[in-house]
Amino acid sequence: MVDVPYDGIAGTAIPPAEVPDVELYHPKSWLTRYVFSQDAKIIAIQYSLTASAIGLVALVLSWLMRLQLGFPGTFSFIDANQYLQFITMHGMIMVIYLLTALFLGGFGNYLIPLMVGARDMVFPYVNMLSYWVYLLAVLVLASTFFVPGGPTGAGWTLYPPQAILSGTPGQDWGIVLMLASLILFIIGFTMGGLNYVVTVLQARTRGMTLMRLPLTVWGIFTATVMALLAFPALFVGSVMLLLDRLLGTSFFMPALIEMGQLSKYGGGSPLLFQHLFWFFGHPEVYIVALPAFGIVSDLISTHARKNIFGYRMMVWAIVAIGALSFVVWAHHMYVSGMYPYFGYFFATTTLIIAIPTAIKVYNWVLTLWRGDIHLTVPMLFALGFIITFVNGGLTGLFLGNVVVDVPLSDTMFVVAHFHMVMGVAPIMVVLGAIYHWYPKVTGRMLNAGLGKFHFWVTFLGAYLIFFPMHYLGLLGVPRRYFELGDAAFIPPSAHSLNAFITVVALTVGFAQMTFLFNLVWSLFEGEPSGGNPWRATSLEWQTPETPPGHGNWGKELPIVYRWAYDYSVPGAAQDFIPQNQPPTNTGAVQGAAS
Amino acid sequence: MAETMLTNTAQGAGRLPGWRGIAADWASDQRAFKNVSWGKAMMWIFLLSDTFIFSCFLLSYMTARMSTTVPWPNPSEVFALNIGGKHIPLILIAIMTFILISSSGTMAMAVNFGYRRDRVRTAILMLVTAAFGATFVGMQAFEWTKLIMEGVRPWGNPWGAAQFGSSFFMITGFHGTHVTIGVIFLIAIARKVWRGDFDVERRGFFTSRKGYYEIVEIMGLYWHFVDLVWVFIFAFFYLW
Repeated sequence: MVDVPYDGIAGTAIPPAEVPDVELYHPKSWLTRYVFSQDAKIIAIQYSLTASAIGLVALVLSWLMRLQLGFPGTFSFIDANQYLQFITMHGMIMVIYLLTALFLGGFGNYLIPLMVGARDMVFPYVNMLSYWVYLLAVLVLASTFFVPGGPTGAGWTLYPPQAILSGTPGQDWGIVLMLASLILFIIGFTMGGLNYVVTVLQARTRGMTLMRLPLTVWGIFTATVMALLAFPALFVGSVMLLLDRLLGTSFFMPALIEMGQLSKYGGGSPLLFQHLFWFFGHPEVYIVALPAFGIVSDLISTHARKNIFGYRMMVWAIVAIGALSFVVWAHHMYVSGMYPYFGYFFATTTLIIAIPTAIKVYNWVLTLWRGDIHLTVPMLFALGFIITFVNGGLTGLFLGNVVVDVPLSDTMFVVAHFHMVMGVAPIMVVLGAIYHWYPKVTGRMLNAGLGKFHFWVTFLGAYLIFFPMHYLGLLGVPRRYFELGDAAFIPPSAHSLNAFITVVALTVGFAQMTFLFNLVWSLFEGEPSGGNPWRATSLEWQTPETPPGHGNWGKELPIVYRWAYDYSVPGAAQDFIPQNQPPTNTGAVQGAAS
Repeated sequence: MAETMLTNTAQGAGRLPGWRGIAADWASDQRAFKNVSWGKAMMWIFLLSDTFIFSCFLLSYMTARMSTTVPWPNPSEVFALNIGGKHIPLILIAIMTFILISSSGTMAMAVNFGYRRDRVRTAILMLVTAAFGATFVGMQAFEWTKLIMEGVRPWGNPWGAAQFGSSFFMITGFHGTHVTIGVIFLIAIARKVWRGDFDVERRGFFTSRKGYYEIVEIMGLYWHFVDLVWVFIFAFFYLW
């Protein structure tokens, strides 16, 4: 009898394997096993550590900025140029080199093959190259701190003409290396991204249909597709800006006076760069947000012991958000000088995104409703994410409307908005996800007591930092200013509020050290977790070994019989049914959905 | 390692026709594109991403051309050659385009012979394709030299808008880089075909994976894409 298992729900046979099992590259030395590794799990850890390391640099930069804003004039080692450089590097590192790399290169590499039931990514060698090019991009970026003139101070949006004119810090080397680093990052990401997409589409295990994928995979997959289509615009913008800077072309440079003299440029369009940048930049927001949406759905479902509410709607909402995010970019340009009807168009599309986003938020809340909620550390972070994301989303409605956006543009309100929605919220998910999957990666639990301390300090601290910034923005306090001076419209209370924010920010920043300590300490001293400490259903928890070995699954690939959300199924022996458990073993009642 | 072998298997025969078949494939397990190997899927998705890159380049060029206040040089005049005392507009570009499109023909024949496992003809046709590609790049180098001699620079030219030279060098340079990379890979793969690597499924030096004749077709996808992009560059840059 050929092994053709039956899908108990539909009563149909699970088709035989279409692709014979993959023969993996077997490392022969320590170097090819742990350094030049072709195993997606090792690559994921390399990506995560590199991203976290450069992320710590960005964290320190934010402390320096807060010191200056809270206590202007006190710190002689921060001057106006450096302040701009800190802002630029903080933004660029956080958005691209930390969050994008961590969600797609880190979580994507680790979770996609495990969750879809593959032995590895489809092209492990290309996947390895992806990491090394990414590392090179990070090194080029970090080198700008040490070149003459320092890193660029053009703001993370790198708007020309000022980005490449003299007077902007880092005009000599910083901007050139920044653009080179971005180009490298895009090349490296493309190699990884192609792997993630093809693995999800073409390398799933038997029984794993697209509509049985955990939402984590849907989020990362959609974000990767978006990144493959959005990064080209940044690539082209970077190449052209680099040519403007190095060869003296005038793609983006109008005729203007530079340092009292007519510059060599003329006839270019600064707005063209903004269009290219934001055609990348807005999808980028969702490239960071969609993996967070997906992961948080799985955290909530697992730790509330309940199936995710409206799985199909959740999938379609992810896809709809991904598609819509390509037609909203000019809402970043309301004050740049645009034909007014364009503003209406982009305001409309922007507000339409609120619909699929709201569907997701309602579904998370409805998943929690009457669930068996375990307030574990991952769950705390997931709950923190929902609240923070709703907050940031609501201020997005303010900024998405042209008439409201114009007075709020370039104020601290904008800073508060995007830090809530794409800074704090995704980082909450990153932290929750680390607490959730650390046992699978290391075989040991993170310390829960330290974790809860870490959560409450981070969550409450983030609100104490960013909530007052909304108020500062409404007062009209501008962003990116080195110091506020004695403007009449800024009351003294705003200055003391700034000092308060700084104190909290430093406290929260240092509290992250408990997390780093926890990561290292638990690696050696943590409680052994076993293979499935959260009693979760998805495939990565069903591996024969923990941490999963090379090839993930031992001799036989798993066969999937159900979706990833069979929690608390009535009549079942346990309150969860793994995806690879055949229907006959589950008792009388089958999982509710296929 | 048979993932690349499955291009022409019988699987998926008896599928539903049209959109219902596509929906059935996407609703199925394991693979969304039945009978498409990993390598081919990856190349298609890469080409989609690359399409966005070229689109951004061309749209940026068109924006620059439409918004510049200085007259745009007339491409028919700029790209004209004097041959035998006659002034022929766009002649060099016409020849280059003809050569590149011909190379698509030889590439398609190479793919055909590859699937017949005709080692020698496949390798020869790939080398002919590479030769056409190299000729194209060589003529492009000639064109660049001619323009540079006439005073065209990325930052300016004698006839009008500076963005003419900027866009020209950037876009043809980026496309020429694609052709050059294609030529290098054509030669590398032709060598493997000639040596019989794909008949014995010899393992790759870097990836340690077995090689199959399908790589000829994947190479062909890239090559046809580069040709197609050239048609758009030809239309938007030279004919406009």
